Amino acid sequence: MATEILMPALSPTMEEGTLAKWLKKEGDEVKSGDILAEIETDKATMEFEAVDEGILGKILIQEGSEGVKVNTPIAVMIEEGESADDIEASSSPASSGDAAPAESKAEPTPAASADAGPQTPSANASPDWPEGTKMKSMTVREALREAMEEEMSRDETVFLMGEEVGEYQGAYKISQGLLDKFGPRRVVDTPISEYGFAGIGTGAALAGLRPIVEFMTFNFAMQAMDHIINSAAKTLYMSGGQMGCPIVFRGPNGAAARVGAQHSQDYAAWYAAIPGLKVVMPYTAADAKGLLKQAIRDPNPVIFLENEILYGRSFEVPDLEDFTIPFGKARIARSGKDVTIVSFGIGMAHSLEAADKLAEEGIEAEVIDLRTLRPIDYGTVIESVKKTNRLVTVEEGFPVGAIGNHISAYVMENAFDWLDAPVINCTGKDVPMPYAANLEKHALITAPEVVEAVKKVTYK
Amino acid sequence: MARKPAAAKDAPANISKDDLLQYYRDMLLIRRFEEKAGQLYGMGLIGGFCHLYIGQEAVVVGLEAAAKEGDKRVTSYRDHGHMLACGMDPKGVMAELTGREGGYSKGKGGSMHMFSREKHFYGGHGIVAAQVPLGAGLAFADKYLGNDNVTFTYFGDGAANQGQVYETYNMAELWDLPVVFVIENNQYAMGTSVKRSTKSTSLFGRGAAFGIEGEQVDGMDVLAVKAAGEKAVAHCRAGKGPYILEVMTYRYRGHSMSDPAKYRTREEVQKMRDERDAIEHVRDLLLQGSHASEDELKAIDKEIKEIVNESAEFAKESPEPALDELWTDIYAADLPQGSAEENA
Repeated sequence: MATEILMPALSPTMEEGTLAKWLKKEGDEVKSGDILAEIETDKATMEFEAVDEGILGKILIQEGSEGVKVNTPIAVMIEEGESADDIEASSSPASSGDAAPAESKAEPTPAASADAGPQTPSANASPDWPEGTKMKSMTVREALREAMEEEMSRDETVFLMGEEVGEYQGAYKISQGLLDKFGPRRVVDTPISEYGFAGIGTGAALAGLRPIVEFMTFNFAMQAMDHIINSAAKTLYMSGGQMGCPIVFRGPNGAAARVGAQHSQDYAAWYAAIPGLKVVMPYTAADAKGLLKQAIRDPNPVIFLENEILYGRSFEVPDLEDFTIPFGKARIARSGKDVTIVSFGIGMAHSLEAADKLAEEGIEAEVIDLRTLRPIDYGTVIESVKKTNRLVTVEEGFPVGAIGNHISAYVMENAFDWLDAPVINCTGKDVPMPYAANLEKHALITAPEVVEAVKKVTYK
Repeated sequence: MARKPAAAKDAPANISKDDLLQYYRDMLLIRRFEEKAGQLYGMGLIGGFCHLYIGQEAVVVGLEAAAKEGDKRVTSYRDHGHMLACGMDPKGVMAELTGREGGYSKGKGGSMHMFSREKHFYGGHGIVAAQVPLGAGLAFADKYLGNDNVTFTYFGDGAANQGQVYETYNMAELWDLPVVFVIENNQYAMGTSVKRSTKSTSLFGRGAAFGIEGEQVDGMDVLAVKAAGEKAVAHCRAGKGPYILEVMTYRYRGHSMSDPAKYRTREEVQKMRDERDAIEHVRDLLLQGSHASEDELKAIDKEIKEIVNESAEFAKESPEPALDELWTDIYAADLPQGSAEENA
């Protein structure tokens, strides 16, 4: 049976090319893999190989022809015993009709994608634990350690790996005592190889374990970014839902004190930009514990951003056998009617300090702790803005592409008519972190700056 | 055709006629499948990047012959051969290449990103060498769970110059992970030959710096690959940690579909095809050992061609994914099938 040979597409973008040279002539026997012709694209001259064997019956496009469209029949192959004369009728150019994939009939409309994308949920105001629960004072450090200890006791597939997590008892003592309790099989000291162990952890998660990968600080996770994003976050999607990756990447994030530019950066906005990741950034010890336990149980990759300065701070934590806090549920840390302050992580410390100060001057701020940045509890933010009509966001990260930018855009789209003033984003300054004490203080966001922003939006 | 007489010796006594026929069939399936993929690419049915495995067939077929049920495999973007060799359905692979609903990733992965829990195939990774720590991680899980599975972690001579390979070597040996590192040395990292990229051209030899044993293998001889694979796997299953196989092979086609391959001569490629072709080698063994007649082999050729044509038809007819698929599989609600319990 005669088969047409079509002008091939030799690159992802090629639409036409020049048939530079035929290396076989009519009547030649052709084996699979033989080079039939040379074809010039806009990028290169490519050799075009035969796929099937047979005889080159007829050349339809002569060499030297320019602008030959992809899928145009350029020659006809025949089998032994067939004659080239039989093929005239069959070689009409229209026969390439079945070559192109069917065009999508319905392109997704913006409306359709908005439907399936982030919804505006209503605020979930249910308490995180039952009223009357006994509380105990605990540092964030202890809360994180307890969360890991409880989850490792609960699920044999949970293990901790990272630099100095075992014998050293943790660079920041978050994993203190875990090696003694669980042994080296489940508390794994790694060499200083962030890229490598982030990949090994991800591989273990693809195989069904639940690794907790500790980065000594998230500054070092930049070396592991490829595995966090390309391997952990995207594999479920790329596999059509086959390959889940239940892994937690955790460690201190943001500025510590006087450690300079390379060790002082808030990555919240970076990770929050990535579909496939969940991103948590707690402020209180109770949230640190409840959210870390939730992160370890989550079947997806979770980025858990801690803060070195908060590790030693004490908060009231519910004295419960087992409690978790769901993702995507903000916490109203302080109620108020005059302005909404939205923050997360250590930004909450500055926000609450500012709110106290503002209260002395008769301005009642409502302070919302987002707690998770992916998913974000938009509902609580919108409801609050509809009440206060004013919004200030507070975070430590850089000002360009900040979480506050995103919240502002969302509020503008969804509650524009309720705003009585432009939204102000309080962020870290747009500079690498300086070392000098006075400069570092100026680079960071402070409570007085939040007070000033609130006064601006309340026209006080 | 001028063939070196040395190319076809008698098969070793422990290789049966059925084994040889199976290798012939498996390698031919990959070759014909890839030729068809190249053809569909030329017709615009396959888009983007498409890296063909033609010439390297003996590597995966030889190593699969050394694997047992439960063993895992992970590789780079040149992955079609690996999937066919571990028993994945040619229809599902081809339909993924055409970006259709019937593909292994429902059309959302493409040529470089396919997976199969059932066949323990963990991708299909597009970032050069990223699969190396992932493979060690799969092996970490098997060791953690206390089973005797081994992970075949494939990467190329190009990937061998990535830093994360050596971070992984260090940890794999430190923790005695049951992983076979398979360096598919096809001699060109895209257009850069091994000699132009390193003075340390014994790639398996680099493992010695970490205490990892390894060897170089003739990757155009499926029986040599199988024998080396069995040795490597035995090493891993015995709890002795990782093993490196540097398999010397050759890719006949360009790096990807848009590579004109001007960095090597046509004669060099032709010489490999004429003198060292892995499929012709097994064909010679079958014919010279009177294990099969020309007619029997022709029948196999025909059968393979039919399988490949069916896969192409399926890949053309399978519909494009529904638009809802854009929004699915970003987050898992629960752990998918095949989690730790299954591996235990």
